[in-house]
Amino acid sequence: MSALIFFIIIILTFAVFTVPKSIKYYYSLLILAAGIVLTSVWSINVLAGGGHDLKIEASLPVINKSISLIIDRLSAFFIIVINITVLVGLLYARGYLKPYYKTKNSLRFSIHYFSYLWLYFSMVMVVMIRDGLSFLIVWEIMALSSFLLVIFDAEDTTIMKTGISYLIQMHVGMFFLMIAFLIVGRETGEMSFDVLQRYFSGHSNLLLFILFFTGFGIKAGFIPFHTWLPQAHPAAPSHVSGVMSGVMIKMGIYGILRVLLFVQYDLLQIGVLILVVSLISGILGVMMAIVQHDLKRLLAYHSIENIGIIGIGIGLGVIGLATGKNILSLLGFSGGLLHVLNHSLFKSLLFFNAGSVYQATHTRNIEQLGGLMKKMPYTSILFLIGSLAICGLPPFNGFISEYLIYIGMFKSLASASLYQSIAILGSIAGLSLIGGLAIFCFTKAFGIVFLGEARSEKASLAEEVSRDMIFPQFISVALIILIGIASPWFVRPVFDIISAGFGLTGTAIPAASSLSNLSQISIISGIFILIVVLLLVYRHYHLKSKVVTCGPTWGCGYTAASPKQQYTSTSYAYNYNHLAKPVLQNEKMMKEIGEDEIFPPKRTFKSSGDDIFRKLLVDRPVDLVSGLLKRIAVMQTGRIQHYILYAFLFMIVVLMLTWLNII
Amino acid sequence: MAGFLLILISAIFFPGIILRTKSIASGRKGQGVFQPVRDASLLLKKGSVFSTTTGLIFQIAPVITLSTIVCAIMVIPFANQTALISFEGDFVFFSYMLALGRFFAIISALDTGSSFEGMGASREAFFSMLIEPAFFILIAAFSMFTGFTSFSDIFSHFFITGNHYVLIYSIIGFYVFIQTALIENSRLPVDDPKTHLELTMIHEVMILDNSGFDKALIHIGTWLKFAIYGSLMYNVIVPSGWNIFLQILLFLGVQSLFAVIVGLLESFRARNKMNKNPKFILSVSAIAMIAFVIILILTHKLNQ
Repeated sequence: MSALIFFIIIILTFAVFTVPKSIKYYYSLLILAAGIVLTSVWSINVLAGGGHDLKIEASLPVINKSISLIIDRLSAFFIIVINITVLVGLLYARGYLKPYYKTKNSLRFSIHYFSYLWLYFSMVMVVMIRDGLSFLIVWEIMALSSFLLVIFDAEDTTIMKTGISYLIQMHVGMFFLMIAFLIVGRETGEMSFDVLQRYFSGHSNLLLFILFFTGFGIKAGFIPFHTWLPQAHPAAPSHVSGVMSGVMIKMGIYGILRVLLFVQYDLLQIGVLILVVSLISGILGVMMAIVQHDLKRLLAYHSIENIGIIGIGIGLGVIGLATGKNILSLLGFSGGLLHVLNHSLFKSLLFFNAGSVYQATHTRNIEQLGGLMKKMPYTSILFLIGSLAICGLPPFNGFISEYLIYIGMFKSLASASLYQSIAILGSIAGLSLIGGLAIFCFTKAFGIVFLGEARSEKASLAEEVSRDMIFPQFISVALIILIGIASPWFVRPVFDIISAGFGLTGTAIPAASSLSNLSQISIISGIFILIVVLLLVYRHYHLKSKVVTCGPTWGCGYTAASPKQQYTSTSYAYNYNHLAKPVLQNEKMMKEIGEDEIFPPKRTFKSSGDDIFRKLLVDRPVDLVSGLLKRIAVMQTGRIQHYILYAFLFMIVVLMLTWLNII
Repeated sequence: MAGFLLILISAIFFPGIILRTKSIASGRKGQGVFQPVRDASLLLKKGSVFSTTTGLIFQIAPVITLSTIVCAIMVIPFANQTALISFEGDFVFFSYMLALGRFFAIISALDTGSSFEGMGASREAFFSMLIEPAFFILIAAFSMFTGFTSFSDIFSHFFITGNHYVLIYSIIGFYVFIQTALIENSRLPVDDPKTHLELTMIHEVMILDNSGFDKALIHIGTWLKFAIYGSLMYNVIVPSGWNIFLQILLFLGVQSLFAVIVGLLESFRARNKMNKNPKFILSVSAIAMIAFVIILILTHKLNQ
């Protein structure tokens, strides 16, 4: 019965095309809300009802095929993550899309809302479907609908180009998944996640896992498979980038976790593989984020970093499975899984606020912004909370998941063998370095964009965005703070999901001790907030009794300071750039002044940070192929005589080959 | 509780001892030990001047920074007593709490829109990022050696593992904590607090625009941070089982020794060239790494 309702809701999405333009938004919101209520009820039943899988059979009437939706705890968790962010995203979209109503026609909006709904339903089905072929179909729908969402602003040719590049890269990932499923299908006679168990018990685990990992890793954005991410996120409208970065890339993580549930051998190699790739993603992701000038591209690179943190948790979990350290598995996997939820909250929040900044100033270039805190107080504070959370600072949610990963590593260090100790130490150092780099990056992003004086006219004319865009974000903020302060409530179900899913035994005691540690963190976070509030109140009354005057910022005696003299994003990262040069390959384009130039003419200076991986993995192969094709294109002369000659030559060749009995 | 109070008490003397050391070393009569405290209480009585560029962040940042430091003190143990709040992985909390304070200090500097303070902020963020791994590597080494994962447990089991080479890593720990403290508090050789040119400062240039109450809070925070690292140093060199009264005396002794070391360093050393600092800071991580390797050998993980 509930399956029927689910499919009716999906069919009703088509009606978006028929309703009038003015109520299209509300209609889509209604459909989305229906879907969210239904799937949330399913997932809460699964999570609260002792963890029995919920199986929903539905036979599709026209093609006479039955589809079974299976919700276990892992799917239920991901459904809740999807539901929260997609809902907040659509609520935010109401204000964000308003300016576009004048310029874009009704059909464009229909397509946009329709793809948004389908992105939602495809993501929900990705986590519910186990059959390989149906899985690939919904996976494809997910890629197509997000492609349509990215090219909302397709009048801009660069956005169209980016969209197509995104679509192609998604299909490279699809190709790996298809091969992986075909291999499973050939060996076991069935294409499904459920037969993976059978496959893995008799065949090489590592090779098939690498295929799956590559396929899912392209979606998740692990380095070096991340090349689509920093291009597609800035191109998409902000509510879409929030949803894509917040939840869509997590579908890759879901896939990896789903496959890991069945892997039986080669666990150590797989764990080390995931760990190394994740550490590289984490460190390089944030290193590349620091040098970005485009606010949304900066956030996109941070998604790579956070996928890296999630991956570190998962990798450590797998190493724990391989070496029989259940506690490392429990804390590693749980930290990773909780970070999936946490990242979906704060990253979507940051993208929404980047969108608000874009709407208010019409630029995403950090160098042109500044001083927005006074003009856009709510947006600034929301962005600040997101920044603190993404840096993993207490008392916000990012700290909790990073803490779980850290404590897993520290706890298993004493009993680890030599190589394990080195791997764990590397992860500890890596994770702490990622934390430091993230602080560097977000002090820059927040400080340059929102603080100081406006660096351009665009920024000085900014106004706070409408309330429609601000209110929905309070849902995310409330959850960010709640998970940070009342962490045991959220970590307990995550522990259950992990220990049931991976069949970890003997985890009851360490889980209980971890929960009591978390409640200590809650207490000390409470004390911290109390001290801050008391001191602020005291300061308020203290300053009231004293003389408080205002004046210009201290300029070292210079009184005609202009906003152009402020530190910019480039100068803030100058020291760092110097150190990170070998990794980042920043290019400076300028002509030095020659010695004989007495009157130097006007010059330009341009610096850009390029992504080495995109150059090596995307640009260079594409150049190679297109170069080859250009050479072949010599034959395309445009003269009909030549084409007839080609046909004639072809026939002669065929005749010759037949005569020689070759074909 | 005793540890918490002792850190507060030693923080009061700390800056004075540094100053006294410096004035004796340079042959000046100098100020009394309590001069910094008197300066701070004067600041507390004064009114404030705020830049018109600044906003909310500038107002709340000093309070938040000080609160993070106070919370960080709560997880530090003394002698055999556990800290006020102790849990597994409290050092992660400790480090991230200090990072939260630093975050606000940095954005508060950027809030003024001054290029001097932007420069200081950038350097502070950069250098403290580089020192982060050193602390974690060192704690990982200690944690691996003792098998415990909280400050209180690690330090109370530090000297009773029955290992005779304990002094090697307590000395390395002592050294790494000194360097971390100097870098985190922006003292010589990384930064010179007494320099008179804004271009060469880190921490001092970040607080150019703070005045009155806020400035006093920032100073108090710096003293507390010194005392925190002093007590970490104390914990790695003094066995926790000793008599408690002896320990109180020793604690104050170690803190004074630390202050004297800082004072002597500042009297006889030149500041590093700014662009050499990253290498200097990374070398501290390398030394922490040595501690880790030594412990791999001591725990027989690395056998010949």
